This record gives sequence, structure tokens and C-alpha cells, in this order.
Amino acid sequence: MEALGQFFAIYGSLVNFIGINALLALSLYLTLAAGQLSLGSAAFAAIGGYTAGILTMKCGFPFLLSVAIGSILSGLVGLVIGLPVLRLRGVFLAIATLSFGEVVRIIVLNLDITGGAQGLVGIPNLTKTWGIYLTLALAGYSIARLRRSRAGWCFESIREDETAAAAMGINTTYYKTLAFTLGALLAGLAGGLYAHLNYIITPREFGFSVAVDLLIYNIVGGVRCWYGPMLGAFLLTALPEILRGTGVAAGPVRMAANGLILLLVILFLPNGLVSVFTRPGRPQAGLPPAAVAEEV
Amino acid sequence: MDLLAQQLINGLFIGSVYGLFAVGYTLVFGVLDILNLAHAAVFTLGGLLALWLVETAGLSLWLAFPASVLACGVLGLILDRVAFAPLRQRADSNFSGLISSIAMAIIFESAALGLFGARTVRFPAHTVSVHIWRWGGISITSLQVEIVAVALLLMVGLTQFLNRARAGKAIRAVAENDRTARLLGIHVDGIIAFTFFISSALGGAAGILFGLYFDSLSPDMGRSIELKGLAVIILGGMGSIPGAIIGGLAFGLSEVLTVAITGTSNLRDAVAFTVLFAVLILRPSGIFGRRKMREA
Repeated sequence: MEALGQFFAIYGSLVNFIGINALLALSLYLTLAAGQLSLGSAAFAAIGGYTAGILTMKCGFPFLLSVAIGSILSGLVGLVIGLPVLRLRGVFLAIATLSFGEVVRIIVLNLDITGGAQGLVGIPNLTKTWGIYLTLALAGYSIARLRRSRAGWCFESIREDETAAAAMGINTTYYKTLAFTLGALLAGLAGGLYAHLNYIITPREFGFSVAVDLLIYNIVGGVRCWYGPMLGAFLLTALPEILRGTGVAAGPVRMAANGLILLLVILFLPNGLVSVFTRPGRPQAGLPPAAVAEEV
Repeated sequence: MDLLAQQLINGLFIGSVYGLFAVGYTLVFGVLDILNLAHAAVFTLGGLLALWLVETAGLSLWLAFPASVLACGVLGLILDRVAFAPLRQRADSNFSGLISSIAMAIIFESAALGLFGARTVRFPAHTVSVHIWRWGGISITSLQVEIVAVALLLMVGLTQFLNRARAGKAIRAVAENDRTARLLGIHVDGIIAFTFFISSALGGAAGILFGLYFDSLSPDMGRSIELKGLAVIILGGMGSIPGAIIGGLAFGLSEVLTVAITGTSNLRDAVAFTVLFAVLILRPSGIFGRRKMREA
């Protein structure tokens, strides 16, 4: 027990960050599961985080209510943005969500109520580690359930081939928007938890590079099953600490290690690290698109 | 009035650098339909390498410029060989290509950080002799003129090359349809590698000009131009070279005009990205794009 306490004293914040990053990675996973590449998750986290932080600090709302409102607002913005944007495909969608993210970041940077570049300072520390992991467990469970539901299968068919899915009578717009909105909701929730973790949030913590990091977690872990993004978030958030432990100097080397891992995974393990653990004989929830690929 | 004219001229100068950067971006997209997010890292390395050649190796800028541009072209070849060629046969090659280009961007950026340090640096004071011409309240430096001249020369040269030269025509043939090009006896893999060479060389050239124009270079200078470059190629139409040139100039102008009108530089990027967002929603093929929206 004492050892555990010591571990938390040293690595407590790391453990919290892993949880938050895993939640954010799952929020992006929801959109990726429907085949939509979004780079806007960080912006939704910003919306949720700032809303929740401001409500707690300036309006005196209770913690849970603030986080819930932030999450719902983020989901609503996701709905409003998603409807027009999801008509775009592939790279174009990625760029549209990216520009949305930049606009959100710049707005946050210039408003008074968000504290501008200095950030929102003085948010009470109300998020507990068990709270983060309870949320993560609930989110993981819901997503695993969602996968087996009608909506889950619709997401998957849209990811495999959107035109064919539409031809089968699936309302692709509805399901793509659903995935995007759910993703925004979860990102907003993670943002709200994050805001109450650190006393301060700044616009820099929700920029383009964060959106790219979330994508990297998903790719490295694997987007073929719900625990892939969590695994990616865990490994890559913990990696700097592990490297520090093995005595690797700071800065460039650690950064290069991140890039190298990503490169190796995409070249040799296109379905992510989870594909190492799954036996090849058993068909996975998401059959790789190789079968579909041959016709191209 | 003079102030506005001065701003417009400045906008054209910086716009020509944006254009040069975007031309390389859009060239690769036109040929491979892949967004090469490592382009900005090559841009950074180009600028820093030229500085190193001038400062440490003692070359004159007129030698350092072509040397650094060539080195960036070689980086492009490496990029193609390591990150793109292995994925070419894969069904989701635009998606996995995007990811592996992110991986290469991280590796290149960490290389820049490791080789040249994290600090902001500048070219030595007398690298280029600067005259200042004044008409009324407008002033133009010879450096600005040289930057625009070099940028335009490279862009016009590229356009002529693509239209006239045999290799240029082969690039366009591969862009149109690589299978047909292969049937016609074009060495497709060689042409793609060559495209990366040109694209990255132009990116490196843009990096040097950018460093000279703003008189500052840093390992993360690619971050902001990366997003601006995306905006430019969307505005001009993905894959369109004239579109990228005109889009770059328009983007430069819009930046300075926003500053001139609102009186602050805070909203500069917000306006640009809002325009980008609107273009994507209303006319996703861009101003000069002739292609239909591609299937993901």
C-alpha cells in the first residue's frame, strides 16, 4: 500500500494525463470508426474545458453540472459543424475540421472571459483519478456496446464503403453526424475533466499538434477495436517517462522516437499495435479493408 | 492611403513566399492525391541548412541557396522512398500516406531541433546587401524585390517545365492516371520520386526566402506556414499550380488587409481560416480546381 502511495506521489499526474488522453483518443475513435478523419477533437475538448471551467469558477456551478454542460455544448457545436462539414470526404474533411479547430483556438485566445493567452487561471482541482478512470471505463464499455448495435454496424459499413452503404439504404448523413456528435460530446467531457485537473488551461493545450497527437494515439494503438486508442494513448503518454527512466536525453531524441514508432506502425502494422495481440485466425470485429482493396 | 498601399505591397511579398510553399504542396497532391504534411518540416530544414552553410561553412548566400535547395530535394527523395513508396499499393494509401508523412514530419523536425538547436536564429547582417527605395510614403527593400523575383522565377519555371519539358509532361500524365501512364511506357515510380524532389526543393527554397524575409528562423517555423499552405491550396484548388500561386498571393493580401482593417494582428489567422472553412463548405474544389471532389 505504501509503495502504491509512493508511486502516485511521483506518477499521479502522469496517470491522470493517460486517462484524459485515452478519453480524447476514444472521442476521435468514434469519428474514425465511421471512416471520417477529423482533426477537430482538440477544439471540442477546448469548448468543453473552457465552458466547464468558466461555469465552475464564475457562476459557482457544481463540478458535475459544469462538466455536463460543457460536454453537451461541445456536442451541440459538433452537431452544427458536423452537418455541413461531413459532406466533405477524406483529406478535405480533415482540413475543414482543422480550420474549425484553429478558429476555435484563436477565438479562445482573443476573448476576455477565457483569459486570452494566459489561459483560464484558478479552476478548482475537482477531478479525481478515480473519476477519470470511471469515465474512461464507462466510455469504453458504451463504445464496445455501440459497436455491436445497429449504429455500430452502420458506422462500419460507411467506413468500408460509403457509396455502397448508401446504396444499402443506410442514411449515411445521419450516422456520420451521429458519430461526429458523439465524438464531440466525449471530447467535451474529457476537456471538462482536464480543466478541473490542473488549476489552469491555456489555448496552447488545444492546438493543431494536440489534434495530431490524438490521431497518432489512434493509429499506433489501432482503430480496429475500441481498446486500441486507449493502448496508444497509454503507451505514447508514458513513453517520455519510460525514456527518461532509461536515461535518454530530453528533446530531439524523444521526439524522434515518437515519429519513428508512428512510422514503423503505419508501415508494418497498419491495424495498429493491437493487431499484434489478436490471433490471426480469428476474424476481428473489423475485418481489414484488404479484401475490399484488391478491386482497386 | 500610403499605409494601405504599403500593406498591399507587403502582402504581395509574403504572399509570393506562401505561393512558393504551396506550389510544392499541391504538386504532390496533384500527382499522388496525398497530403504531404512533412512539407513544412522540409521547409524548416531548408531555411536552417542555408543558414548553417552561410554562417558556419562561410559560403555566400548565392551558393548556399542552391546547395540547400538541392539537399531539400534529396530529402524529398528520402521521403518518397521511406514514407510513401511502401504504401503505394495499399488501398487506403491517401490515409496511411497522410499518417506516415506526419511521422516523417516529426522525425525531420526533431532532426532540425537536434542539429540546429531550439533557439530562434537569423542570417548574419550582411548576407545580402539591402537598398531601400522610397516613393512618397511607400518603401520597398531590394531584399523584398529579390525574394519576389526568386519566388516568381521558380513558380513560372515550374509551370513552364510542366507544360513543355518531357519529364514535366510525364508528371502530368502520371497525375492524370498512373496506370495509363505506365502503359505508355512512363517510368511511374521514377516520375513520382522526381515529383517529390521538385516539390521538396521548392519547399526548401520557400524556407530560405521566408527566413530572409522575416529575419528569423526556428525549428518550429514550419508549424504556422503548414496550416497557411493548406489554406492556400484549398483556396486555389487542390492540385492546381496556378491556383496555388494566386491563392498564395490572395492569402498574403488577406492577412495584411485584416490587420489593416481591424487594427490588430489578433484576428489575422481567424479570418483566413474562416474563409478557408467557407470555401470548403461552399466550393470545395477551390477557385481554380477543375476536378470533382474525390472519393475518399
